[in-house]
Amino acid sequence: MLDRRTLLRRALGGLSLLAARSSAANPAAAPLRIWDIHCHLTDAPGETPEERLTAIVKFMDRMGIERVMLSLGYPLLYDPPPAQLREENDQVLRAIKRWPDRAYGFVYLNPNHLQASLDEFDRCVRDGPMVGVKLLAAKRCNAPELDPIAERAAALKAPIMQHTWLKAGGNEPGESSPYDVVELARRHPNTSLVCGHTGGDWELGIRIVRATKSLCVEIAGSNPTAGFIEMAVRELGAERILYGSDACGRSFASQLAKAIGADVPDSAKQLILGGNLRRLLTPILKAKGHPVT
Amino acid sequence: MIDVNVSLFRWPFRRLAGDDTAGLVAALRKRNVTQAWAGSLEGVFHKDLAGANTRLAEECHRFGDGMLHPFGSVNPKLPDWQEDLRRCHEEHKMPGIRLHPNYHGYGLKDPAFSELLHLAAARGMLVQLAVCLEDERTQHPLMHVPPVDISSLADLLKREPDVRLVLLNSDPLHNLEQSQELLPARNVFFDISMVEGAGGVGRLAKQVSITRVLFGTHYPLFYFESAVLKVREAEFADAEKQAVLESNARKLLSQ
Repeated sequence: MLDRRTLLRRALGGLSLLAARSSAANPAAAPLRIWDIHCHLTDAPGETPEERLTAIVKFMDRMGIERVMLSLGYPLLYDPPPAQLREENDQVLRAIKRWPDRAYGFVYLNPNHLQASLDEFDRCVRDGPMVGVKLLAAKRCNAPELDPIAERAAALKAPIMQHTWLKAGGNEPGESSPYDVVELARRHPNTSLVCGHTGGDWELGIRIVRATKSLCVEIAGSNPTAGFIEMAVRELGAERILYGSDACGRSFASQLAKAIGADVPDSAKQLILGGNLRRLLTPILKAKGHPVT
Repeated sequence: MIDVNVSLFRWPFRRLAGDDTAGLVAALRKRNVTQAWAGSLEGVFHKDLAGANTRLAEECHRFGDGMLHPFGSVNPKLPDWQEDLRRCHEEHKMPGIRLHPNYHGYGLKDPAFSELLHLAAARGMLVQLAVCLEDERTQHPLMHVPPVDISSLADLLKREPDVRLVLLNSDPLHNLEQSQELLPARNVFFDISMVEGAGGVGRLAKQVSITRVLFGTHYPLFYFESAVLKVREAEFADAEKQAVLESNARKLLSQ
């Protein structure tokens, strides 16, 4: 007869990959190293950036997440003026300084303020500790203003994480779709571009990016609808899929479940949950002197 | 574990692992589910709900080996819907019903909904109300179905205090405009399938009390693991986990 504690442990520990991560009883299993490309200070509890990331780290510890890519401060603005852009990036810089082993920063840029954005890129990535770019919904990313940003990111091997959606009711005016990212990727084949949210409506997003081999997709910010990862692996290959959560607006849990619960090989899950992101970041991490393991 | 939110049969817009009942039962058993409350996806879309409910009951009996508890569909806008409710209760011995007001085309201020709640309570049946089934933003372009507006529900339940209502697929703390007055209603329970935000299930439990939070996965439309991981993310004590994963649902069903 199993006692209640054993039953609970079985119920919650039936997730083989997460369980393997810390299982001393299973030393042969490859350790699962989860890196999350999509995390924000915006909805995290806390008064300061340091407090907010500390709260996030507590959730990461519960869920077995090793590292997050942090972007966006507070209040969240979709078209921030230069001063606010700088303020939000300063918040991220403060937070990652508090937790350098748990978070890297992605600089938030606004193509509607191109020179200010290029200056922020230089301040935070070229001359600072950040390792990637976050673009939200100020301007659709097929616009020519994106070209200098894409070129500068490519020069430093910094990935660009571009928010995209395909809303049944229509996107916001400055909101990109996967079609826009494909246009940008075709103009900049050497830039590491990530199609955020896989367009939300992933059955369409996957098809849109499928032929553009330089593009990766990121899985955050939508419901944990069954079949997402199976289709993505089938059509794109596991090497082009990145786990992200969009926490704290989304739970780490619901987004992790997409990869953990998918009927794909464990090797694919390893890539999606961290291997691919580490591969994308390796050049810039090496250039900045970060240990790459 | 008791999963209060699974569905049988096919979703019209996507094939799903687990959209055959034998496969669903096997998947649930593998994940240590001992009891699941099963609605019918046919009941969302069909007009012959009597037929859909009969198939649901038969399927649960044939494949569930006691695990599956059928929750039939009733649409109070269909002619003679009261007979559907009677058959669910008297012929199929169902413990409750599952409602889809948005797919069935009525609002919660409709007098027919009020009558349905009253009759279900009189029969001692649980009422599950699915606020939505998928993200409105990703729906098929020819099938736009907004989530159920639940803002009038609190007032209605004050007039029907014997109703035991389970809200499925809702995220009450992210929809406070509509759900604020429902939070203190002691006869309303919430499944966690669509509760979002880091630590969202823990926050919900603090807000409405742990006793009113139920483990529901929305399987097979959602990955089963989502709800399991949310419980982990909430960092409940063992007794609290036990309440959410099983004992709250067991108590609710036995009342």
